[in-house]
Amino acid sequence: MENLSSEEKKKQYEAYVNQVTPKHSLPMNMLKAFLVGGSICTLGQGILHLGTERFGLDDTEAGTWCSLLLVFLSVLLTGFHLYAKIAKFGGAGTLVPITGFANSVAAPAIEYQKEGQVFGIGCKIFTIAGPVILYGIGSSALLGLIYYIYGLF
Amino acid sequence: MSQMTGTQSIRFDREIYINSYASVVGQKEGEGPLGAQFDQVEEDPLYGCNTWEEAESRFQTEAARRAAAKAGLSMEEIRLIYAGDLLAQCSASTFGISSLERPLYGLFGACSTMGEALSMASMAVAGGYADPVLALTSSHFGSAEKEFRFPLDYGSQRPLSASWTVTGSGACVVGTKKGKVRIAGLTTGKIVDYGLKDSQNMGACMAPAACDTISRNLADFGWQPGAYDRIVTGDLGFVGQQILFDLLEQEGWDIRGQHMDCGMMIFDPASQDTHAGGSGCGCSASVLAAELLPRLAAGEWKRLLFVPTGALMSKVSFYEGQSVPGIAHGVILEHVEG
Repeated sequence: MENLSSEEKKKQYEAYVNQVTPKHSLPMNMLKAFLVGGSICTLGQGILHLGTERFGLDDTEAGTWCSLLLVFLSVLLTGFHLYAKIAKFGGAGTLVPITGFANSVAAPAIEYQKEGQVFGIGCKIFTIAGPVILYGIGSSALLGLIYYIYGLF
Repeated sequence: MSQMTGTQSIRFDREIYINSYASVVGQKEGEGPLGAQFDQVEEDPLYGCNTWEEAESRFQTEAARRAAAKAGLSMEEIRLIYAGDLLAQCSASTFGISSLERPLYGLFGACSTMGEALSMASMAVAGGYADPVLALTSSHFGSAEKEFRFPLDYGSQRPLSASWTVTGSGACVVGTKKGKVRIAGLTTGKIVDYGLKDSQNMGACMAPAACDTISRNLADFGWQPGAYDRIVTGDLGFVGQQILFDLLEQEGWDIRGQHMDCGMMIFDPASQDTHAGGSGCGCSASVLAAELLPRLAAGEWKRLLFVPTGALMSKVSFYEGQSVPGIAHGVILEHVEG
């Protein structure tokens, strides 16, 4: 047997591998993501509602409390090794809400804490969230510029 | 007489035996189908240490001590050690072996390292350079996830083709003192690259290498697959096994009747949620010590081809868009009467 050197042969092998490799069921995954993601968002909506109705907060204040509490809950569950278990079931449903972002920051902090405060936590806390922050802020700055230029005319 | 056989194999003139073997594994492995056969099941994944890496080293130290003790040897009588693991710069072996204070060669062959260690050990014994020699490898779920994938608490879904890194270590003492299992020959594998880049489907990345080494072994020795009672690959898993069968069929071989895979034996996928199966160089090493060698020693099997398989990639090569090449080393193990 030889290494496959032609791109065509490699593509053929890849197509064959895809054909024999079992995959998660997409509709099932979507349903689970909907249920779990939906529950997290409902919880958030509940916090918002409670903030405005019971504690007399305005929308912005209630929104801040909502984010704070969801992030806190996610970090807490990550610390108790529970978030990864929920994510295994919920998939994108746990990844997309703010709780997923909090998990992606808390998990490396726990894992790399043993490598020290600077080179462990300091350098590696954003290994997963870093790209989101960089390109998120970058693209919003770009959009802001476009918006500004648009406003000049 | 030349011991070189065919183009990639060795047939040893000298009788080389596996004198003893030992395995130490984690709790999940202990709950698997082979659970009762491991020498020690350690329930604490950190093994009383502070980090996954230190724990992996301790698994290795313990396996080494047990293997030497079972051969009736003190550590000072071990002439040479070949050890390897999956971590960068083989650090699990470094810190696992340093306290034993014996001469060491560190090896890296990804998950194929136990095949590499046994090959080097038997060649050293055959050449008369060292006797007895200790061959051992380890892997750890925690340290491997950290090295190659994500922090453990990061919420992600593993694809069904992904394998579960075995936490554990297996060790063998190789020497000329007569035993019940001998290493009759070797087929050293070459790197086979089919261009696949999916590190979450390592079975598919390694199957071409396993196919290459198995068909080369059969051709070099002029044997049919039936010459072996079992042909046991390292950690191809359920996906890789299917691909291996298909690839071998194209080469004109059918090993369906003989084939087993350590990764498929160590876990029960239905109850343990391990997807494609176990992997890591602790996988083939611990299954070798807990299941394959005892059955060979009992004479249940007369001849076995042990083919640990490795996916040769690093985090850097993966992110730089390189493929995941495979390698597999064949070790012929035979039951010895009397």
